[in-house]
Amino acid sequence: MSVDKQTVRKVARLARIAVPEERLEPLAGELNGILAWIEQLNEVDVEGVEPMTTPVRMTLPMREDNVTDGGKRDQVLANAPKTEDGFFVVPKVVE
Amino acid sequence: MTNLTQLTLSDAVDGLKAKKFSSKEITQAFLTEIDRSNRHLNAYVVVTADKALKMADAADKNLAAGKGGRLEGAPLGIKDLFCTAGVRTTACSNILGEFTPTYESTVTQNLWNQGAVMLGKLNMDEFAMGSSNETSRFGKPTNPWRRKGSNTQLTAGGSSGGSATATAADLCLAATASDTGGSIRQPAAFAGIVGIKPTYGRASRYGMVAFASSLDQAGPLAKSVKDAALMLEVMCSADDKDSTSLHLPVPKWTASVGKSIKGMKIGVPKEYRVDGMPEEIEKLWSQGIAWLKAAGATIIDVSLPHTKYALPAYYIVAPAEASSNLARYDGIRYGARHSGDGSLTSTYETTRAKGFGAEVQRRLMIGTYVLSAGYYDAYYLRAQKVRTKILNDFEQAFEKVDALLTPATPSAAFGYGEKGDDPVAMYLNDIFTVTANLAGLPAIAVPAGIDSQGLPLGLQVIGKALDEEACFKVAAAIEAAAQFKTRPQRWW
Repeated sequence: MSVDKQTVRKVARLARIAVPEERLEPLAGELNGILAWIEQLNEVDVEGVEPMTTPVRMTLPMREDNVTDGGKRDQVLANAPKTEDGFFVVPKVVE
Repeated sequence: MTNLTQLTLSDAVDGLKAKKFSSKEITQAFLTEIDRSNRHLNAYVVVTADKALKMADAADKNLAAGKGGRLEGAPLGIKDLFCTAGVRTTACSNILGEFTPTYESTVTQNLWNQGAVMLGKLNMDEFAMGSSNETSRFGKPTNPWRRKGSNTQLTAGGSSGGSATATAADLCLAATASDTGGSIRQPAAFAGIVGIKPTYGRASRYGMVAFASSLDQAGPLAKSVKDAALMLEVMCSADDKDSTSLHLPVPKWTASVGKSIKGMKIGVPKEYRVDGMPEEIEKLWSQGIAWLKAAGATIIDVSLPHTKYALPAYYIVAPAEASSNLARYDGIRYGARHSGDGSLTSTYETTRAKGFGAEVQRRLMIGTYVLSAGYYDAYYLRAQKVRTKILNDFEQAFEKVDALLTPATPSAAFGYGEKGDDPVAMYLNDIFTVTANLAGLPAIAVPAGIDSQGLPLGLQVIGKALDEEACFKVAAAIEAAAQFKTRPQRWW
């Protein structure tokens, strides 16, 4: 599988990274280099093999469904690029 | 009195308890040394001098009262990946801007709970993505080691290049680091120090900036095996804030250091003898085998047939998980914002284009591609199945042996730019370390010799899941046999 300029444009869009037109071609080259190298995994017979989760068998811990944290509005907003009256200020979303 | 900054962590802790010197004295000694050296070495990206002196004062009060934790008064460096309350934390990425956490990572909190003193935040590859620390927004650190008769600047490895530089150049007693594909062990080998990645789940990932969640583990860089054991004991804990944290007691690893390895079975995996490996690495490995034999261990040849698939699998799993983890950097809630044309989508796309460096963008693109509709099974799922095969290889080997001995890196530290601009050539640096991440196993790098150019080389010991003890025992045996005492020649 090799990626072309069009695919790179689509992937950049999905990754929400603005890629200038002149970078699409070189990026396709770089990505193809890496993807070609990754292709060797197709040699491995993975028929009937379970995907790996962890080397130490454990179950996801459960806890009581209680609120254990919160009430930290100012802390949550402390690093926001723009805030007003205890809210995040975001670009206009609805016209 | 010997120079306080040159002490090992264990000796410094003992010296503080015995009141041979105060925490204020040793902390001030480090701050003076950092002030003098950091402009040349670029190990620290933030120096927290005031905080350090306050913490030292508190430690001195505890010590005077005959109290104090296991690291009371000991000055440490913290990789910029760990959130530290009130101290800028950016994982050396522009996208985090001046992000200053309002909370503390569990690993660093564990250190402060035992009385350690924070000197500052250490340089690293952006989001820990790199093997040479060249992708940091703050510029690259410089390895204190140089080739004989050369002033070429060498990398201290990556991603924990700042942690390795600071530890090797006596700018801290020890440092925290993290390891996703070798980011503790490769810098340890390049800087002639010790580094261990524990079993996945031993150290909490709470408050550690995420790269690839199924691979990331914290661990220390230190000047001796004993120091590494002491650091790791304090760093690890069961933590409700991390659902992958193992709820198991932390063993007393410091007690394993120096224990006899007589009767232990050590495996030597033939697949780690790779094409183009320098003869000196081969020689070092044979020397390591000879040392362990002399110490009473039995050497057994083993095979890990899927080794060569580890790196390609890693370069699917890690970018895929990164693309998901790094989706949080949207320029809205924290970090830097670049508005583009002012629309929401343009804000996201411009923020991420300006905020992420080239290597991070490349990996996010790979990760997004392999997770995109129609490709998930062919790439990510297949890679996760290959991981199972790699783990099975290890499990079969561990039916016959107690630990594995391998080289830590395929070469000594290299000069900046010497790898060219082929990303895959740089990725190959992690060929010996990445398998332990994929399988979640503990692995330690320990300095074992000097090559003909005067640079340190390291060996790696990989243990069974949860058997860090074997890593520490075998590494300590290598340390004792190697008598590695060479220090980098001071040029800075």
